[in-house]
Amino acid sequence: MSVKTLEIDGKAIAIEEGATILQAAKENGISIPTLCHLDGVSDVGACRLCLVEMEGSNKLLPACVTEVAEGMILHTKTPKLQNYQRMTVELLFAEGNHVCAVCVANGNCELQDMAITVGMDHSRFPYRFPDRPVDVSHEQFGIDHNRCILCTRCVRVCDEIEGAHVWDIAQRGEHCFIVSGLHQPWGEVDACTSCGKCVDACPTGAIFRKGSTTGEKERDRAKLEFLVTAREKRQWTR
Amino acid sequence: MDLANLIDVATAEQMRQKPLRVNCCTSTGCRAARSLEVMQNLEAAVEAEGLTDRVEVVGVGCMGFCGLGPLVQVEPSATLYDESHRSTALVEDLFYEGVKPAEATSIIGALNGGVTTALKGDLQHPFFARQKKVVREYSGRIDPERIEEYIAVGGYRALYKALFEMTPEEVVAEITKSGLRGRGGGGYPTGLKWATVAKMPAGQKYVICNGDEGDPGAFMDRSVLESDPHLILEGMAIAGYAVGANHGFIYVRAEYPLAIQRLQKAIQQAKKYGLLGTQIFDSHWDFKIDIRIGAGAFVCGEETALIQSVEGGRGNPRPRPPYPAQSGLWQCPTLINNVETFGNITPIVRNGSDWYAGIGTEKSKGTKIFALTGKIRNNGLIEVPMGITLREIVEEMGGGVPDGTVKAVQTGGPSGGCIPATLLDTPVAYDSLVEIGSMMGSGGMVVMDESTSMVEVAHFYMEFCREESCGKCIPCRAGTVQLHELLTRFLKKQATKADLEKLESLCQMVKETSLCGLGMSAPNPVLSTLRYFHEEYEALLQAPIYAVPAYAVPD
Amino acid sequence: MPTLNPQSPSHPDLKSPQSSKAKDQALSDRRFKTLDMTMKRNQFKHDALIEVLHKAQESFGYLEEEVLIYIARGLKLPLSRVYGVATFYHLFSLKPSGAHTCIVCLGTACYVKGSSKVLQALEQELGTSVGNTSADGKVSLLSARCIGACGIAPAVVFDGVVAGKIEPEETLKRIQAWEAED
Repeated sequence: MSVKTLEIDGKAIAIEEGATILQAAKENGISIPTLCHLDGVSDVGACRLCLVEMEGSNKLLPACVTEVAEGMILHTKTPKLQNYQRMTVELLFAEGNHVCAVCVANGNCELQDMAITVGMDHSRFPYRFPDRPVDVSHEQFGIDHNRCILCTRCVRVCDEIEGAHVWDIAQRGEHCFIVSGLHQPWGEVDACTSCGKCVDACPTGAIFRKGSTTGEKERDRAKLEFLVTAREKRQWTR
Repeated sequence: MDLANLIDVATAEQMRQKPLRVNCCTSTGCRAARSLEVMQNLEAAVEAEGLTDRVEVVGVGCMGFCGLGPLVQVEPSATLYDESHRSTALVEDLFYEGVKPAEATSIIGALNGGVTTALKGDLQHPFFARQKKVVREYSGRIDPERIEEYIAVGGYRALYKALFEMTPEEVVAEITKSGLRGRGGGGYPTGLKWATVAKMPAGQKYVICNGDEGDPGAFMDRSVLESDPHLILEGMAIAGYAVGANHGFIYVRAEYPLAIQRLQKAIQQAKKYGLLGTQIFDSHWDFKIDIRIGAGAFVCGEETALIQSVEGGRGNPRPRPPYPAQSGLWQCPTLINNVETFGNITPIVRNGSDWYAGIGTEKSKGTKIFALTGKIRNNGLIEVPMGITLREIVEEMGGGVPDGTVKAVQTGGPSGGCIPATLLDTPVAYDSLVEIGSMMGSGGMVVMDESTSMVEVAHFYMEFCREESCGKCIPCRAGTVQLHELLTRFLKKQATKADLEKLESLCQMVKETSLCGLGMSAPNPVLSTLRYFHEEYEALLQAPIYAVPAYAVPD
Repeated sequence: MPTLNPQSPSHPDLKSPQSSKAKDQALSDRRFKTLDMTMKRNQFKHDALIEVLHKAQESFGYLEEEVLIYIARGLKLPLSRVYGVATFYHLFSLKPSGAHTCIVCLGTACYVKGSSKVLQALEQELGTSVGNTSADGKVSLLSARCIGACGIAPAVVFDGVVAGKIEPEETLKRIQAWEAED
């Protein structure tokens, strides 16, 4: 296997061919913000937070889906990128109804963490206050669409790891929402195996375990990675 | 079918045709103006006048002058095959516009020495005279529903030439040499795209023709598909041979029922003659074409979204690379070109790349079809050589704005920009249009006069992008919503200076961070109007709430 | 396989049509047959989904839930995927449409030539907004993003027939004629 050498934020890096920029950065302790990326499932390049600048190109590259190439010189923390990251997070907050004080994921939320990382304390765009429903028809779990950022991690985890494909995206554009079955109450979708992987995958408090209250949401991310390793490498011990 | 058979079909058809053809447009635009009734009346009149052995009424495709349909043209059939007959023809070309069903009879009567009240059009008008027809050469002159007419004017000869006189590499080289660039908007060199697909390891490959013409204000692809469907089929087959694919898809919008119907008919006829399907021209090469019908999503014009849609899924674009040329339909190497691009292939192979490269400018070769619409005297489709200026198109060919002056010309649809009247001398070419903040786009050209508010236009396009966003990436999904709301504030005169800055910075952000071409170009109409019509935005700013004191504040 | 219960009280959006009348049954059977044929012709491949949805919309008028479930089973696709695709594209409708349809083109050329005035007049006349059906169920008012008839802008499509260079008064006359029908 051949090795590529590149430079990220001034740090020289060698990594095997076929790796993504995100993997290269992570291995070398360089943090790149992400929301739609989840280890163990495919990447969609949708949140646009992991964009990086490459010298000699005027296009921004999504780190999660761009493979490393020999001699790349990348910058991940330029003022322009930081500005765009902040705007992206502002757009997300303005788009849904994110009220941390009453959220199960308060203190344990990737969106909240992201706001802190990019230094967002308010949104310069007006809040849209959309009217979105909550579905608690499932006996163990609930989904609160107000807190959903449409990262589609639940869709991918349910399809690719569990193989149930309970979730998908319905409608388009601003009207998009995560749909269970044929727009049925989640509890009535017979494809659901109640495995709870979507709860573990959800970055915010949108999908949660019933009975948990403010700030009580916990995730077992390692379980997802364990399952993928078990399936691909046939190793079952954590 | 071999070459001799093909020539037989052509000769038989030429013999069958009567000396005079009365061409009546049966495309969507003229149909809406009752051209089918006109055609019926024409046929009845030929019968009544006893001209059946001399005159033939032909339902043809689009003649281009859609603003004044229905159109009827009388043409000696010999000129179809040899232009030099035009000078020695028995009758000069007669061209009628805005024909009412009642007037049809007298048009035929005029051929017998009578008088007609039908409005006579002028074929010497710059609208026609300045055109250079390559793709639309036989549009509006042959019956799109009969393959024999297409074969009679030399159809499928280029495919034969490619298959038996050229290697696939030679075909690719010919396209590269012609300098043809993608007509869907981006302007990517077609030869390079073909070469990439051809160089991929042999195996299953696909050819896709992108007929998802979503730009509001553009109807070139519809017209080509309705008027000369075999031209596209032949172009696709040549492409299939060149890149090593044996399966093609044409993706057409469901909004174009007539185009779909004619394509279906064309594919059937071509199969019957052994020009599509298995063992084409009795060779060992197969190529089949299937039609895929869209279901109303602008974003499906983006190539990766289109592939998703062909696969039966939601039309969500995915990040590139990998490009479709490497991994496209069902992860196989896929060649995607626009309808008009495929329309150029047959003429290039037939006449050679040198001929083609002689048309246009240095970096933009050939011709481009534009749909000239909006506040302009002569509406319709024009095919012009690259390098012609916008002024020549709008003022000479289009005849300018009826009672008023041109304020701006919008090219490229929701992805393009508004070009102010002061820049009308810009030549039409890929790079020159990008330089002034617009783009070639697929070919919509909407003329606006002084009564059009540019902020309203920007608002209109942003509403379009907001509704057509697929919702996958955040900048496009949430950004277009905020941009649209900001522009609404301007229209309501509620915007502040801060809003103007916000508008500018959000436009930049959406442009640079969006996932696909739709999102990246969504801010263009706003950016270009901000650039050229900034004062219109400023004029809409909210009046200051606090009055500024008229007197000096005492110390 | 457990049956779905679309009429759950917690989800008022989901309504199954009350089409269990005996005489509807025979007709609907025939329509399901056409679906079967379309799916069979495409060898039940996943990529036939959009084509099958087109067929279903053509024969049923809209995509009722029963039909979506039938298609999902036929093509062996997850229900959520079928729902996602059906709601992504504008031309698929999950609600029954009126006896007549009136589509106003809102493409650029039509917009510049005043199609928004035509639309406004229609909305007022029908007492409904674009994308909906008038209260009496007679007319569905829809909009299109360019029907490619820009040469004759503004254009309106009445029950599939394109009318060009149309004025608001003329449109209203046509609509009123429909409304007067029984």
